[in-house]
Amino acid sequence: MKLQSYEGAKMMITLNHWDLIFSAGLVFLLAAVSLALKLGLASRLMVGAFRTTLQLGLLGFSVKFIFAQEGFGWIVLISSVMLLAAGREVLARQKRPFKGPLGYALGTGSMMISSFFVALFALYFLIEAKPWYQPQYAIPLLGILLGNTMNGISLGLDRLTSLSWEKRFEIEGRLLLGQSAKQSILLIKQEAFRIGLTPIVNTMAAAGLVSLPGLMTGQILAGGEPFEAAKYQIMIIFLIVAGTGFGILFALQLASAKLFDERMRLRLDRLKT
Amino acid sequence: MDLRLKEVRFLEVGPLSFSLKASERVTLFGASGVGKSQMLRAIVDLSPFTGSIEFGGQQTAEIPPTELRLNLGYLPAESAWWFDLVSPHFKKPQELPLTDLGFTSGILDQEVYQLSSGEKQRLGLLRMLEMQPKFLLLDEPTASLDPSSVGLMEDLIVDYCDKTGAGYLWVSHDPSQAKRMGTRCLELKPNEVAEL
Repeated sequence: MKLQSYEGAKMMITLNHWDLIFSAGLVFLLAAVSLALKLGLASRLMVGAFRTTLQLGLLGFSVKFIFAQEGFGWIVLISSVMLLAAGREVLARQKRPFKGPLGYALGTGSMMISSFFVALFALYFLIEAKPWYQPQYAIPLLGILLGNTMNGISLGLDRLTSLSWEKRFEIEGRLLLGQSAKQSILLIKQEAFRIGLTPIVNTMAAAGLVSLPGLMTGQILAGGEPFEAAKYQIMIIFLIVAGTGFGILFALQLASAKLFDERMRLRLDRLKT
Repeated sequence: MDLRLKEVRFLEVGPLSFSLKASERVTLFGASGVGKSQMLRAIVDLSPFTGSIEFGGQQTAEIPPTELRLNLGYLPAESAWWFDLVSPHFKKPQELPLTDLGFTSGILDQEVYQLSSGEKQRLGLLRMLEMQPKFLLLDEPTASLDPSSVGLMEDLIVDYCDKTGAGYLWVSHDPSQAKRMGTRCLELKPNEVAEL
């Protein structure tokens, strides 16, 4: 590592190749240990590490170009790519997703409605950039929102469908007592909502006390005024909470309705096994 | 209320046709795996089926599912429990005839995971009877009970039916119980229900 003086900013420490290689070594080590303990996540860790490197590297090359685009069509194109990629990840994180197009549409649709709506609201009414879709605000904001809703929705949906699978006798036991589909799955839905919201609730509790949120740190490192950076960060966290929370709610409502048919039968055959 | 099955098929089973009168007490035999539980599930519309099932002169498919399941009390072979304690599973835990099944009121404050399978089965019956069903579908209700509890459970069910005029379809593997409890005995075979 070496310290470099930067115009405008204070000091910026740049990383060399060896810094990256050593940190990658830690991931390798983790993968090797999990392989040795037969915990079976080694290949996913390696694929993940490779994807992070490739994707962030490519973004590093293209981000200046992307931010320089003024056209609205560009923003639509880029945000669509982001959304579709996030939708694929939500599907891939689930042990028992819904079969067919519904499996993909469920997560993707919920993310689109929550993230896009919250991003639009923030860009138009809060940040008030001119034009509102200016890429250097719109893209990172949408990215933060999609990344967090993606986590929340994949955790929530995964929990809803796996728990329904495991606790089918409880759900059916309640149906047999004359309870509606909604009542029968309520406890499971509560648990799925709790799990989905846990990461962002943790973030809120830890912000500033345990963790220095990335965006705020970045602004301060880049020479921004710390209190302004804090205000920005608070707003971002609130937006994430709203986006994630409404996204999970929407996904869980839709998914739990689809777990039953019109005769209020639990239809686990709609899930992949 | 009468129960009438016409040309009912589910999974590999069927076509099944038979009728039960409103307060008839019927026992059902059948080799294990032949589809007895699946048939009971189809009757309460918990599993898909084709053909027609009528309850009280109405197609079950036209009765709202919650109403159908309240009136047709189905007691599965294994009862499910979802709260930590016993009492929240009941609407009016104070009014249960606990002593009739050999319980003291202390059972209500127990944790579900401490219950034996026989206790769960007996409590499951009490929970089902709380809905005041008009017809009972009992899937081996005494399978995991000791002989003295079997008698208590049989008495309670007969007593309930005497009082309310409800009938039952009782799945049993025990020939003497089938004779004792049924005014009529049926046997389920892969493609018919035979009178015994």
